[in-house]
Amino acid sequence: MTDIAAASAAPAAAGTVPVTTEGEILLNVEHISLSFGAVQALTDVSVAIPKGRIFSIIGPNGAGKTSLLNCINGVYHPQKGRITFKGQTRSQMKPHEAAAQGIARTFQNVALFRGMTTLDNIMTGRNLKMRSNFLLQALWWGPARKEELRHREFVEHIIDFLEIEAIRKTPVGRLPYGLQKRVELGRALAAEPDLLLLDEPMAGMNLEEKEDMCRFVLDTNDEFGTTIALIEHDMGVVMDLSDHVAVLDYGRKIADGPPDVVRNDPDVIAAYLGVSH
Amino acid sequence: MSDVQASLRAHDTFPKLLLRNAVTFGDRPAFREKDYGIWQSWTWAEMSAEIRAFACGLAALGVGRGDRIAIIGQNRPQLYWSFDAIQCIGGVPVPLYADSVADEMAYVLEHAEVRMAICEDQEQVDKVLSVMDRLPVLETVIHKDRRGMRHYRQPFLHALDDVQDRGRDHDRRHAGFFEGEVAKGKGGDVAIIAYTSGTTGNPKGVMLSFDNLTTSCRLAVEMEGLTEREEILAYLPLAWVGDHFFSYGQHHVAGFTVNCPESSDTVMMDLRDIGPTSFIAPPAIFEGFLTQIQIRMEDASRVKQRLYRYFTGVARRCGPAILDGRPVSAGDRLLYALGELLIYGPLKNNLGLSRMRIAYTGGAPLGEDVFSFYRSMGINLKQLYGQTESSAYVCIQRNGGVKPDTVGPPAPGVDVRITDEGEVIYKSPGAFVGYFKNDEATRETLDDEGWVHTGDAGIIDDDGHLKVIDRAKDVGRLNDGTLFAPQYIENKLKFFPYVKEAVAHGVDRDYATAFVNIDLEAVSNWAEKRGISYTNYTDLASRAEVYDLVRGCIEQVNAALAGDSALAGSQIRRFLVLHKELDADDGELTRTRKVRRRIIAERYKPMIDALYSDAGNVSVETQVTFEDGRTGTMRADLDISPAATYGAGGEPSARAA
Repeated sequence: MTDIAAASAAPAAAGTVPVTTEGEILLNVEHISLSFGAVQALTDVSVAIPKGRIFSIIGPNGAGKTSLLNCINGVYHPQKGRITFKGQTRSQMKPHEAAAQGIARTFQNVALFRGMTTLDNIMTGRNLKMRSNFLLQALWWGPARKEELRHREFVEHIIDFLEIEAIRKTPVGRLPYGLQKRVELGRALAAEPDLLLLDEPMAGMNLEEKEDMCRFVLDTNDEFGTTIALIEHDMGVVMDLSDHVAVLDYGRKIADGPPDVVRNDPDVIAAYLGVSH
Repeated sequence: MSDVQASLRAHDTFPKLLLRNAVTFGDRPAFREKDYGIWQSWTWAEMSAEIRAFACGLAALGVGRGDRIAIIGQNRPQLYWSFDAIQCIGGVPVPLYADSVADEMAYVLEHAEVRMAICEDQEQVDKVLSVMDRLPVLETVIHKDRRGMRHYRQPFLHALDDVQDRGRDHDRRHAGFFEGEVAKGKGGDVAIIAYTSGTTGNPKGVMLSFDNLTTSCRLAVEMEGLTEREEILAYLPLAWVGDHFFSYGQHHVAGFTVNCPESSDTVMMDLRDIGPTSFIAPPAIFEGFLTQIQIRMEDASRVKQRLYRYFTGVARRCGPAILDGRPVSAGDRLLYALGELLIYGPLKNNLGLSRMRIAYTGGAPLGEDVFSFYRSMGINLKQLYGQTESSAYVCIQRNGGVKPDTVGPPAPGVDVRITDEGEVIYKSPGAFVGYFKNDEATRETLDDEGWVHTGDAGIIDDDGHLKVIDRAKDVGRLNDGTLFAPQYIENKLKFFPYVKEAVAHGVDRDYATAFVNIDLEAVSNWAEKRGISYTNYTDLASRAEVYDLVRGCIEQVNAALAGDSALAGSQIRRFLVLHKELDADDGELTRTRKVRRRIIAERYKPMIDALYSDAGNVSVETQVTFEDGRTGTMRADLDISPAATYGAGGEPSARAA
């Protein structure tokens, strides 16, 4: 992981200008609470994700991390609190509306079309950008044809970016896990999101795959300026990648700040290592 | 003839050939590269304009005649164009292997006193930057790919297309500069400095002149009848002289099209897209194709398997004769034609070999079985022998006169002899100028009469074909005086699909022994078929069944050695299967996958000692280097197994204890 830290630190030393000014908030989650019957999944959680940054959400199992992501992209609707994305405060939003607004995500368990090729899977990520109607698409005629070529070109840039040219025509079901995760990232990127939610992008990967994925996350942030919110258990990864870390425990936010501050926070240490009573 | 001579003199450098091609072949494709899933192409005229802009840009950055400039990266058109651009203004390109680690690069960059490095991408730039403080002469770094380079603010870093923009501007303001610089180049000038991978010691910089390269390329183009209509795939390291010879030298001389694959992982698919007419590959690739065919055939339906077996039989019987134009009965011709329709044609098409007129292999011997397989399928596969010092090849097999166990007669214009000590020496128009800044090594290799000493041991057979046995210094003797040629034995072992790598020991010992590396793909497939379970490479390598499999291979080699009286005494008595693959990253192999004996002898000393003791197993601890450069240790317990040896009559003697 030290390599990655060095790589991300190097350009900063060379005099980087931040992509955005400090304080511009892309997504603001204010005081949300979510419960399923008697189970309180989230209690009064607030996070503010600055534009153009990598924001990590960490916490022990069952702390409510995935629930928080699900609230952000409209799968769950919190009973209390409000969510503001790109300055728009929403009440009840469906996942596809969140996607149309510019939020894309990957899943903890790979959720791809296993029988379809890498190329086709990533093309599905362009779905919301397709304008021509179903009939024209089926006939592959006129504007539909031109449109598809345009989308294909975009997808080819993603394939190039993620270095998956060799598996372009391979059904994803035949790919190793690490590559499937990469294809899933590709599909999310195809939607040209402003905010990318990654649910444990490195879970179950070996060291080399993790390092590759870290590089792609950093490059995505760097090349496209995409704001990234990720859930991850590997502390090395989180501390190296993130600009900002929020810690959840039992549905509450117990810490929030830059990695170095969070790392030394006594509450966080207690949540992770336990504390003697 | 005088026209040809005049043309030779007029086009005695690659930049001059480039300008000729831009006129003669103007609209024909010179380069293609698959990018974003589509083959992009550049005609000779377009390519020449790109090169002109780049050359002028280099001049604008202060590159002068005689400056050495490194080229680091995979096969990209722009990197090949860099050779031209540098040579146009009198610089000397120094290509480096893209997979070298920073320290290896630092040695070459420092030794060659490189002023500028042209890198493919961020990865190569990072490597160069990490050693830059050791290189006082290196002033400028150019990168082709902008990706990831956004935050690099070093003033000495430039993007290649920015340099071209500066070049176009420079060109406008200095009319006649470019033409003048190209005209200044002469055939006797050093064209490139190619560093040899070096099985011993530090790499040496081989200086090749334009005359060396253009003359040997012309002779080869004439011999094979290559035209501007050839298609080749440039996928071997561009720092290797063989790739330079085909993808750069012959490309300029014959004017054909060079295709660059999308990435190193897609080479096999791109090969199918292109269907090259001429192809060069190390033996490993041809062996890989055949292994792939065999593995897939095992999973095919019964009918297909029987068809395959029947028609490959037909091909083995009469295919080589048909290829060589020898008489074959009408019935066999008919069967062969049917086989072409049903089996050979589709097979070749599947691998991208359909249009292949000529295929070369070299660097290491190719198994006789594998070799005849391709020839029987109608692919004109030929072995060649050469080295960096000879600008590519010394010997090459001729159409119609191919013998599987030789590398053929001397190439046109080349004179080959064997010294009294058994070393192969040659004189050739391609023979190098000398080693850069290493007169001592030059004197050792290039003698006063102009003979180049190869360091290889070989014999010339009755037909005048050269047979290379081993490195001259590696050929040794056992304690009882028996000849011991380790590479010869290792190559025999490596012809088995299950053996990936082998190292034979025996110099100044009582008998010969060996380390064996299994081939994971072939052995895991074999194990799967037999229901043998294993967890990883190390576990599989240590299975008793695998030891039996390897012992079978060794005993077959022993039987073959027994047939040759001089080598019968060097049969392998004891062996072990290594727990890890020998790896260039650990320094055990060179980048071209040749075994580094000295390093292996040091690192694996306890294991070699155990092979010469009574021990039944040995426990080992090895340092391994991961791809990111960090190191770790590996522990394993290895069994040592005896193998049967054979008497002159072919009966097995008792297995040594």
